[in-house]
Amino acid sequence: MKIRNRRLSALAAVSLIASLALTACGSDSDGGDSANDGGGDKTTVTFLPKNLGNPYFDTSSKGGKAAVEEFGGTFDEVGPDTPSPDAQVQFINTAAQQSVNALVVSANDPEAICDALHEASDAGTKIVTFDSDTNPDCRDLFINQATAEGIAKAQVDLISEQIGDAGEVAILSAAANATNQNAWIDLMKKDLSENHPDIKLVDTVYGDDDDQTSFDKTAALLQSHPNLKGIISPTTVGIAAAARYLSTSDAKGKVALTGLGTPNQMREYVKDGTVTAFALWNPEDLGYLAAFAAKALVDGDITGKEGDTFTAGKLGDFTVDADATVLLGDPYTFNKDNIDDFDF
Amino acid sequence: MSTTTLDRPDRPGDSRVRTYPAYSTPLWRRVLLTREFAVIALLVAVIFYSNNNVPNFDGPLTFYYLFLDIAPILLIALPMTLVIITGEIDLSVASVVGLSSVLVGQLHADHGLSIPVAGLIAILVGALCGAFNGFLVAYVGLPSLAVTIGTLALYRGIAQGLLGTKAVTDFPDKWTDLAKERIAEGSSYPMILIPFLVLLVLFAWMLHFSSFGRGVYEIGLNDEAAHFSGVNVERTKFLLFVMAGAVSAFAGIYFTLRFGSARGDNANGMELQVIAAVLLGGVSIFGGRGALHGVVAGVVLIGVISSAMRLQGETVNVINIVIGTLLVLSVISTSLLSAAQALWARRGRAGGPPSSETGQHRPAVAASESTNER
Repeated sequence: MKIRNRRLSALAAVSLIASLALTACGSDSDGGDSANDGGGDKTTVTFLPKNLGNPYFDTSSKGGKAAVEEFGGTFDEVGPDTPSPDAQVQFINTAAQQSVNALVVSANDPEAICDALHEASDAGTKIVTFDSDTNPDCRDLFINQATAEGIAKAQVDLISEQIGDAGEVAILSAAANATNQNAWIDLMKKDLSENHPDIKLVDTVYGDDDDQTSFDKTAALLQSHPNLKGIISPTTVGIAAAARYLSTSDAKGKVALTGLGTPNQMREYVKDGTVTAFALWNPEDLGYLAAFAAKALVDGDITGKEGDTFTAGKLGDFTVDADATVLLGDPYTFNKDNIDDFDF
Repeated sequence: MSTTTLDRPDRPGDSRVRTYPAYSTPLWRRVLLTREFAVIALLVAVIFYSNNNVPNFDGPLTFYYLFLDIAPILLIALPMTLVIITGEIDLSVASVVGLSSVLVGQLHADHGLSIPVAGLIAILVGALCGAFNGFLVAYVGLPSLAVTIGTLALYRGIAQGLLGTKAVTDFPDKWTDLAKERIAEGSSYPMILIPFLVLLVLFAWMLHFSSFGRGVYEIGLNDEAAHFSGVNVERTKFLLFVMAGAVSAFAGIYFTLRFGSARGDNANGMELQVIAAVLLGGVSIFGGRGALHGVVAGVVLIGVISSAMRLQGETVNVINIVIGTLLVLSVISTSLLSAAQALWARRGRAGGPPSSETGQHRPAVAASESTNER
């Protein structure tokens, strides 16, 4: 009895120490590539997209990184794996703890991340939102990729052109609570009812910016609405998944698809005729502009007041509009003729 | 089992003596060389390491944010521990969080109810959701995995159906501030820890110091035997699911007020975080084994690792990989350990007096795995 217990306790002790040693090793290797010095006089800019692994935000972060390197700052990108506000709050808190100079955020919820942003702001961090805004009092500046009216109009114009201004259409959106998506959808509904009385919006479905979910929702849309003539997907993940479904289904060429997509994801489907044309701005420019705006805020060149001007590297000069908003420009239409000029 | 639950007259009231087998090992060894204390030791080591090596980890905000983040998981882990010890599982907890969040938001914004009244109704509805789970599992006899996968979708669906694509964000500052308030000015501990500690004491008493708790372990080990030894298996399971529902609803109220936002997709996927933390804390997924101090340490450990790695600038994928690996290691460590012991016992006793292999194996496993098994 005694002997066995001594052996057992030895075993248990060994395994305990081994598990400690194992985790210590893990932590060591993590510590090695720490990118955060936090100090120095370099401007530290942290990008916090809605979620990681989204090609759209990979591109905007690429632009942000290029800009930060151009002005000699330190760039960092963090983010949750699912686009939810509570997960984003943890990363905002982390930025506050690190007292980074500027945080560039695409908000998963206009209100839920506000308190965390206020706390970061109190810790001295400048807050720039891009792509998806928070309430205006939660941030110093919003970099608007295009006006909501411009985006809604571009997509409605594209779909009406493609289906001959009559028939049933549906919308495939991202998360049901996504700020920008819902604003665009409301404006599209308005535009459709005012200017395109023969187009009927029959359904709005949510693919949660997840490839498989969006794919399944597209399939379901086509089944439940046999007379569907067009799909608008104002999200890059959604339109690519929908195009992938359409390109292999009977509906290819019969159901028009447009929306907001990236050239690299859509190239194949534009070339095989599934998609005629789609719209977007250049997210790389958006990230680039956001980083320069953050730098201008940190340096005190601008405060977010209407009429402030700053220079954003190769993009030129920008002026701050009402509500501390900076506009990137008009949406751009991609089609078979110009898609090969772009690589993002 | 009844022979091992004896009370020793020299240590009255000491639960270890009551719930642990009366092996010949000294008390300190039975308390310290346990799965639970391995997690606690790991937690201490990780905090110690992070304090020295992770920039900004020793800052004043770290633990404040940490506790705010893990509070809902801490809360739900309490009833979840008991549910898993009975050998059942509740996957619908995060959906109840979402439903209660939506209810608080709607009752407050659309029907003008005050937060306490709306919260109370949400908790009642949460208990009702739990009762529905509990009824199907305990009295109808359906497997809890299937039932709660169904109600996971059902309750989330109701939540999203009630509020649609909207989010209620109009909450009085008094309440949203309370959700984030610190216990004392400058303290790292937020107010939410107080209701958590109250519930912790309650659940610890229930699981480790009451006959109800002994019934919970017995059901996990063998519910038929538990039934024949006088445990009301159905009622125990039913009550545990009701508690899981009610506590999840309470966590939902906190979640809503902390973010000042009631949404149908609040706390999406949190059920897996809760279950992961409970398993990391040493609770057996097969039931019958586990203790609350290990679970609390497991939740905090996951929180500390995530927090430290975020401060290191690691991406969420790396954090998930580390936590996932840790969880798998912790689950297989039990099997590896018992396999090693079996091997050891066979080799060491090859020339010894004949004895039943299984008879030796069983207490050996129990003793070193350190369990509440009796």
